[in-house]
Amino acid sequence: MTNKILAILEQREGLIKRSGFEAACTAVNLAKDLNTSAEAVVVGDVISNLNEVSKYGIQKIIHLKNSELANYSSSGYTEALTNLVKEANYNVLILSNTALGKDLAPRLSVKLDAGCAVDCVKLNLSGNDIILTRPTYAGKALIDVKLLSTNKVITIRPNVFKAQVVENSAPVEIIVKEISQVNLKSKVTSFKKSEGKLDVAEADIIVSGGRGMKGPENFHLIEELAEALGAAVGASRAVVDAGWRPHNEQVGQTGKTVSPTLYVACGISGAIQHLAGMSSSKYIVAINKDKDAPIFSVADYGITGDLFEIIPALTSEIKKVKQS
Amino acid sequence: MKIVVCVSHVPDTATRIKVGADGKTIDPAGVTYIINPYDEYAVEEALKTKEKLGTGEVVVITLGSENNKETIRKAFAMGADSGVLLKDDNHRDSLGVAKALAEEIKVQDSKLVFMGKQSVDYDNSIVGQLTAELIDFNCVTVCVKLEINGDKIIAEREIEGGREIVETSLPAVITCQKGLNEPRYASLKGIMASKKKTIEEKSAASYTPTSEVVGMHLPAGKQPGRIVGSDASAVPELVRLLREEAKVI
Repeated sequence: MTNKILAILEQREGLIKRSGFEAACTAVNLAKDLNTSAEAVVVGDVISNLNEVSKYGIQKIIHLKNSELANYSSSGYTEALTNLVKEANYNVLILSNTALGKDLAPRLSVKLDAGCAVDCVKLNLSGNDIILTRPTYAGKALIDVKLLSTNKVITIRPNVFKAQVVENSAPVEIIVKEISQVNLKSKVTSFKKSEGKLDVAEADIIVSGGRGMKGPENFHLIEELAEALGAAVGASRAVVDAGWRPHNEQVGQTGKTVSPTLYVACGISGAIQHLAGMSSSKYIVAINKDKDAPIFSVADYGITGDLFEIIPALTSEIKKVKQS
Repeated sequence: MKIVVCVSHVPDTATRIKVGADGKTIDPAGVTYIINPYDEYAVEEALKTKEKLGTGEVVVITLGSENNKETIRKAFAMGADSGVLLKDDNHRDSLGVAKALAEEIKVQDSKLVFMGKQSVDYDNSIVGQLTAELIDFNCVTVCVKLEINGDKIIAEREIEGGREIVETSLPAVITCQKGLNEPRYASLKGIMASKKKTIEEKSAASYTPTSEVVGMHLPAGKQPGRIVGSDASAVPELVRLLREEAKVI
């Protein structure tokens, strides 16, 4: 049978997120390889950047619309999307593995009798089979998975599949489908923003602190460096368990697995659980006074020395070069 | 009310992973197994809920081999009341796990199910949602705060940049994240009592796999990089490398 691919794009506050464009782009590329077409869908109320998907090669986007769907509702989104997929016979669904994607994908897989592969970092074709590579054991090992069902639900790790702009792309056809009745058995009623400006799961640059920071009162050094770099603040498990930093900043196994472009580890020795969660970062900088610390085995650049001198110097140097 | 907690038996997070002889799973030699860390939050939340209600039974369910009994005993030592081992010595995909759990939850006639937000082996973080959909329960994932009043649930779940407040109702599956509570330590009395509690053994509900692991490999190791210096005087060179070589700032 012919594959029909659908990218499910996430919106927040009426804007399709970057991770959504990554899903769109991945769907377009897969469709090319399978010699078929890819369409996209977004669920929400008013969406202001629908046209933008055309830049990524999507030529048709369906907007499932109702004001009750402005915020995520697991039941409402599952029902509206299941109906669409069954009606139009899509059989490969691609989502980004964000908090929303992770929550939604398995629900769709049950409704559609579909195998589900989540957090994929690579999609390859082997004959007619799609082989999905995904990290396990927090990235200590990778597995290749084949979905055996006709219908397939795939989520891709954010920041891994880049959203590439297609030159001279055709304008997108937008189809708005009003959803008359929304299943609100579960619904998000509000959102509490966390204190940090950026989340480690979404950041391009992360500055993390560990036990070498000696106490929560010294984390302003990490925050200042993060601000100079436009980075998110991360933390090791040791400092989270000690109550110095909130849980949502923890990087590593039992925390968040991250792959930013740049990861700066300050006073982190590099326990195996931490390395598992961050060693797929593109570039790693380590600042630690112990030259034998395991973190240096994965670092591209290291400074062995007193971080209380090095971090402030690094912050001011970065401010200086950014101004020039 | 019966409160179900689903637990998994996983390699200790300090394990160095080696690929096994089949090329698809890990080499179990020398690996220590523990209760999945996120499941400890699930056990704690179930116990707290029972204490608040002043009545009820906490039933622990696990899927796997005879060895999983250790993990049930760990939950017993924390205070869980009874356990069920759904036996299957073979690896199952997440949907296969969810089907076995869903069948047993129906047998237990429970309306409230806790589990960790993910197992730290396969890291799928989907078993809770799959199980809930199979038995038409509501489901809140990555839960960091929970209030249950009668049938009404108000929960907070962690998402990028903050927390979503979710309103739903029983029956429900809640998947637990670090921060939801502080799991209690097993008391000596609890450890002694755990030996007397019973574990029922059943064969796990059959299923048809929807996915297959065709291979496992280790990530390409990173080559150690360069030590730029040993004090603040190395900073300008580090910044130059980040700008000109790595081109990341």
